[in-house]
Amino acid sequence: MTSGWQMVIGLEVHCELKTATKLFCGCPNVFGDEPNTNVCPNCLGLPGSLPVLNQQAVELAMAIGTALHCEIKPSTFHRKNYFYPDQAKDYQISQYDEPLNVNGHLDLPDGFRVGIERAHMEEDTGKTSHAGASGRIHGADYSLVDYNRSGVPLVEIVSDPDMRTADQARAYVTELRAILVASGASDGKMEEGSMRVDANVSVRTAADAPFGTRCEIKNLNSVRSLGRAIEYEAQRQIALIESGEAVVQQTRHWDEGAGRTEALRSKEDAYDYRYFLEPDLVPLVPDAEWIRAVGDTLGMMPAERRARLVGLLEESGGATDAQRDQITTVVDLGLDDLVVEAVAGGVGSGLALARTANEAATDADAARALDPKSYLELLMLEAGGLLSATQAKAVLAELFVRGGGDPAAIARDKGFEAMSEDSLAATVAVAVDGHPDEWGRYCAGDDKLAGFFTGLVMKATKGQANGKAVAAELARLRG
Amino acid sequence: MSAPRPALETATMVRAGEESAVDVLEHHLAVIDAGEESIHAFNLVLADSARERARAVDARVAAGEDPGPLAGVPVALKDNLCTRGVPTTCSSRILDGWRPPYDATVVTRLAEAGAVVIGKTNMDEFAMGSSTETSAFGATRNPHDTSRVPGGSSGGSAAAVAAGFAPLALGSDTGGSIRQPAALCGVVGMKPTYGTVSRYGLVAFASSLDQIGPFAHTVADAALLFDVIGGHDPLDSTSLHRPTPRVLSVLDDGVDGMTVGVLTEFLDGAAPDVAARVHQAAESLAAAGARIEEVSVPEVTLGLSAYYLIAPGEASSNLARYDGVRYGLRVDAPDTVAMNTATRSEGFGAEVKRRIMLGTYVLSAGYMDAYYNQALKVRTRIIEGFAAAYTRCDVLLGPTAPTTAFAIGAKVDDPLTMYLSDVCTIPSNLAGHPAISVPFGPGDDGLPVGVQLLGPALSEGTLFQVAAVVEAAAPDQPAPRLAAGAAS
Repeated sequence: MTSGWQMVIGLEVHCELKTATKLFCGCPNVFGDEPNTNVCPNCLGLPGSLPVLNQQAVELAMAIGTALHCEIKPSTFHRKNYFYPDQAKDYQISQYDEPLNVNGHLDLPDGFRVGIERAHMEEDTGKTSHAGASGRIHGADYSLVDYNRSGVPLVEIVSDPDMRTADQARAYVTELRAILVASGASDGKMEEGSMRVDANVSVRTAADAPFGTRCEIKNLNSVRSLGRAIEYEAQRQIALIESGEAVVQQTRHWDEGAGRTEALRSKEDAYDYRYFLEPDLVPLVPDAEWIRAVGDTLGMMPAERRARLVGLLEESGGATDAQRDQITTVVDLGLDDLVVEAVAGGVGSGLALARTANEAATDADAARALDPKSYLELLMLEAGGLLSATQAKAVLAELFVRGGGDPAAIARDKGFEAMSEDSLAATVAVAVDGHPDEWGRYCAGDDKLAGFFTGLVMKATKGQANGKAVAAELARLRG
Repeated sequence: MSAPRPALETATMVRAGEESAVDVLEHHLAVIDAGEESIHAFNLVLADSARERARAVDARVAAGEDPGPLAGVPVALKDNLCTRGVPTTCSSRILDGWRPPYDATVVTRLAEAGAVVIGKTNMDEFAMGSSTETSAFGATRNPHDTSRVPGGSSGGSAAAVAAGFAPLALGSDTGGSIRQPAALCGVVGMKPTYGTVSRYGLVAFASSLDQIGPFAHTVADAALLFDVIGGHDPLDSTSLHRPTPRVLSVLDDGVDGMTVGVLTEFLDGAAPDVAARVHQAAESLAAAGARIEEVSVPEVTLGLSAYYLIAPGEASSNLARYDGVRYGLRVDAPDTVAMNTATRSEGFGAEVKRRIMLGTYVLSAGYMDAYYNQALKVRTRIIEGFAAAYTRCDVLLGPTAPTTAFAIGAKVDDPLTMYLSDVCTIPSNLAGHPAISVPFGPGDDGLPVGVQLLGPALSEGTLFQVAAVVEAAAPDQPAPRLAAGAAS
């Protein structure tokens, strides 16, 4: 950030809910089907059709509210009126001045708290594609509309303008995504558009100065785009102000290829949405029992999961920075239960975390599908010196390929069983006997020679020996 | 002349196998053939599908099954009720060529009750009007005097019943669109409590006011039809989660001990002959044992103004979807916005455009509080005003419309005068309350007068009960010549 300037960032995240059916009709909520196959009179906006609110969508929206520590309140739906071909009724049903979830917060992994103003329900639009050279509406030969997405349930999560750096914005979206996935509300796939981010960015000269004029940036399709766009936009605004011009309140489009934002429309030609209470729906008033029931079904959120792993590392002196990164990785990938079960089964927390973050994480889908007992057995073999790190990794890879199995049996199949304690002792003894001078110096206290003997054993075993076990055997022989 | 045979009687005979549904239908198709040219009640007569349906009803009777309470009874549908595969136009060019892929809930319930849908009736375009003159397909004429309007917006349905084209019809009532044409055509018309009849498949005009209801020759037939179409529907979120009052069974219970309030504000603007009929109806209720009181609900005088802010506001949103993109009329133009504009400019008539503009304006930033939100407050005051009256009265009585049927063309160029013909019907829509119009003899010009009974929410049973007493006391109204000739 240019010195002397501070960014102020608020984010609006649209999240598609992972319901079986759409928000106001029974059509399947599925991404990627043939265009206009998941449609009915309602989501095509046919005359005479009426909306009926989807209970599952309400429950997922309340789950998001609960996970973001919001108050869940009686709410209403409004019509947001504007003409657009992918908007089947030419109005969108959205919560307006009485949203379902208000006044929450989200804590970033570093502890920074971002306020959540609201998380409200609304329906998605269809999708327009423009045929022609530009791919945009201007200059298109013709346009096609797919209404499969029309009426898909969305929750729009509006943060307070609390973030001050692009990094915080990135961390917020990453953490929010993890929360949405953990709560079962969304698959959080930015690349499929099931999570879409708009950023409100302004700049000011001091942390206690009033907010500057903001611009809203759209078309941010990845966390990386978000960071780049915010940095660009802040620099653009600073340059404007420093050259004596004013920032104009605008909606701007992020052009990923060009790496810049472009004006879409300014405040003066903003739509007048003519919001009014949707007369085809009744107020949504969840009672305390329903809210509690939804809360009870919520699993642990990422912050709790991270705290749980940090707790496991307490006995070994607490988590290092590197281990905190590993914890973040493991939790993001949903592999933290493997660590917890391994530690509960007797594996050291450092080993369990490292193996999970470094090896299991390479194929997270397979790792999540793995029987935690197999994983525990594997780590026990390694911890007990029966498998080297290299061998353990090879067995894990095989477990993934097979979709499970008995780690000891796989180790035998791979010829790793030669590394039982007895055979290791024999191999070490051969190395010691063959090099009496070096052994003598080692026994006299030259610890560096441990590496020499370990190298011999590794050579003899073609790298299959467990380095720690070799060191332990050498130490035992020296007495 | 012989009065048209009640639907109740027809259904009983068809169920008993004493008359075939096909014969009933053919009789009505013949009446339509003879009279439709001079009336223009229908946008579409469904002779073929009705014959098929009538044969199916007869087959069920022959097989010993009961086709239901409306067995073989022809029913005419206002052309804003969706019928699967059958054009549903709202009498607008903008829906040109559109065939709904689904039936409205009321249409399904009619079919389940054994009714035979005989056609789709003409209406004011998108139900915006009080004379059926704003139809894109030409006006419907009043069977009692073809130089007069039938009222509106459900003028086609009212005229169809009055002319003997169908013993029953369905209309929709947003500000009086069932009751006012019923009064002007000399038939019974009823607007149910908001939420008692599903709006699923009713093409929306003003969603918070629209309600489907019956037309019939008699109070009992209207009750029969209401019992069939009412009741909770999971496809309409505003449908009430409680059993609809069953009204057919209470018709003979009388009014002894009831208090009927004569609503003075409604009489103030009524023509003298209409007001006289209302007083006469009150006297007949007194004679039947009711206590009559004069009641003032000053808030109802605000109804018209509030209605013409709320209804256009909702309509401007409801009618946005007719943009040429997905169905109906499309007028091609170089880009999407130009296509939207050209389609809507050509597809909508003047009255619809007037209301869309009015509605867009009252919802606009900077004007919403002064207009739309103010109207919502008035709406609440009207509900409170009625509530106060219903602490003292069981029902309220007044005229349905201020005058008898007016001449075609008399008001069509003067919207504000036209709007005044709904001044007595609008308050019930704003309150969500039920109301029924019962024919009560000719006015000074020999044309039908309707008196209106209003009740609190879910008071349909009481309303029908009182309506039956009013009906029994009604002076003779000469039948339309068309129906008299054809029904004999």
